[in-house]
Amino acid sequence: MSVDHESFVASHVKDLPRSGIRDFFAVVSEMPQAISLGIGEPDFVTPWHVREAAIFALEKGRTSYTDNRGLLRLRREISKYVADFFGPEYDPASEILATVGVSEAIDVALRAILNPGDKVLYHEPCYVSYAPSVTLALGEAIPVGTKPEDEFALDPAAFEAAWEPGCKALLLNFPTNPTGGTANREKLERLARFAIDKNLLVISDEIYGELTYEGEHVGIASLPGMKERTLLLHGFSKAFAMTGFRIGYACGPAVLIEAMMKIHQYCMMCAPILSQEAAIEALVNGSDEVARMKEQYHRRRDFIVRRFNEIGLSCHSPRGSFYAFPSIRSTGLSDTDFAHRLLREAEVAVVPGTAFGEHGASHVRASFSTSYENLVEATDRIARFRDNIVIEDAAAAV
Amino acid sequence: MSDVLTLLLEGAKPCADHLANILGKEKAEVEAELRRLEEDKSLLGWLPVFNPEKVEEGRVRAVIEVKISPEREGGFDRLAMRIARFEEVESCYLMSGGYDLLVFVAGKNLRKVAAFVSERLATIEGVLSTSTHFLLRPYKEQRHLLVDETEAVDKPAVSP
Repeated sequence: MSVDHESFVASHVKDLPRSGIRDFFAVVSEMPQAISLGIGEPDFVTPWHVREAAIFALEKGRTSYTDNRGLLRLRREISKYVADFFGPEYDPASEILATVGVSEAIDVALRAILNPGDKVLYHEPCYVSYAPSVTLALGEAIPVGTKPEDEFALDPAAFEAAWEPGCKALLLNFPTNPTGGTANREKLERLARFAIDKNLLVISDEIYGELTYEGEHVGIASLPGMKERTLLLHGFSKAFAMTGFRIGYACGPAVLIEAMMKIHQYCMMCAPILSQEAAIEALVNGSDEVARMKEQYHRRRDFIVRRFNEIGLSCHSPRGSFYAFPSIRSTGLSDTDFAHRLLREAEVAVVPGTAFGEHGASHVRASFSTSYENLVEATDRIARFRDNIVIEDAAAAV
Repeated sequence: MSDVLTLLLEGAKPCADHLANILGKEKAEVEAELRRLEEDKSLLGWLPVFNPEKVEEGRVRAVIEVKISPEREGGFDRLAMRIARFEEVESCYLMSGGYDLLVFVAGKNLRKVAAFVSERLATIEGVLSTSTHFLLRPYKEQRHLLVDETEAVDKPAVSP
């Protein structure tokens, strides 16, 4: 008797759309010689002192489970770091949970707060997992567009306009993957007033916070009245170049952290101890390396943004993250066609903007987390590709 | 620090066109900046970083701890400069601690380096003693690991 495996897949999982990134990844994998500007992680290897701390921990036989919330020493260091960088102080004993990257923190946070049908407002274009994570937590994700003319910065008025009964939370990520959009204090203050007025919880993914090149980075939890209604999620993947360690954390009100911890203890038990040990070293001694990498991203950003604008692909200067998000509207191609043709004809991989939601249409994400040599060569190829399109258009017009 | 110098220190190729492209400057502007750095002796010269085991097979390098007598006028400077001027000396530093000068020397073979130490360096008036350590194997040169065991990971070419 044949088994209908499809019938076993839960309907809300079956209905989940495939990630646009995954589709594009399949195409890029067939062209290993292409220069990739599609990588969403640092090109730097984790600084040696952090790797060495993990090796030391392994040598010492630190291979056990830890407290579900994470090692107390790690939570203490997180508390100090968050107070220094963001402002608010969290109690290591009850208000901090170490997680397997920010991805787990988002998943656990949503599952901890959402009842079926609860609504979550999030800005788009955004990281690919936000809407699916809400759906998997049986909530309803409501996208709020950010606009190219605002450099994809936070638009509190759009959040206010999108509100509807049943909204329970806001999901934020500034600086944003893929746009590099940021949120200044004034706009965050208005959003905070809105959150208080409508009694919303804020889930703020601060993963690119350190990689802010202009202006201060303001975490919404630092604003008056917001610490008690914010889950501050952060991790080590981007600024500390530790993606493979899969280590992050959540800070927030004790009751919410306890609720998250309940889910975390059953599905994950604890974050890997070696990653926790490495994270302690990163927090205690990692600031110089973070500054060094940030300086390089900053200079690469200036280069790639200038080149895109020279090429005729209008590109705002992302104030944070390591992604440029140029408009490809002037080529007359859709972002998907542009990315596929660029890959085939010029052997450069960028990610179509719609992989990050419909509001990313007519844009592509180009990561500048790669060497100068790659950036110089990739942008030269993009320039030639763009010139060819102009020539084709002219020929078609004749 | 000059942005040109910062870029060079990060390992960028010392080519004005390349540097100008990255920094968004005119080539002439970068050339002027390089000239200025050379003129004010911020930039002393250009040397490639190479693997001595591959490029200088047979060449011998040594580190010599040298004790010298300071002089009434000038302290260690006159003697230090006298030693530093020898072609065999690659670098020379005044040190705190148990000796005064740390001198890096190189020669075609062991005999040449030994001759330099015993006949030239040790015989200078004011040099009280020398202690010579021969370099056996390099592991890191000017921030470059010679045996880099970091493997290229099979990193996905596209990731979210």
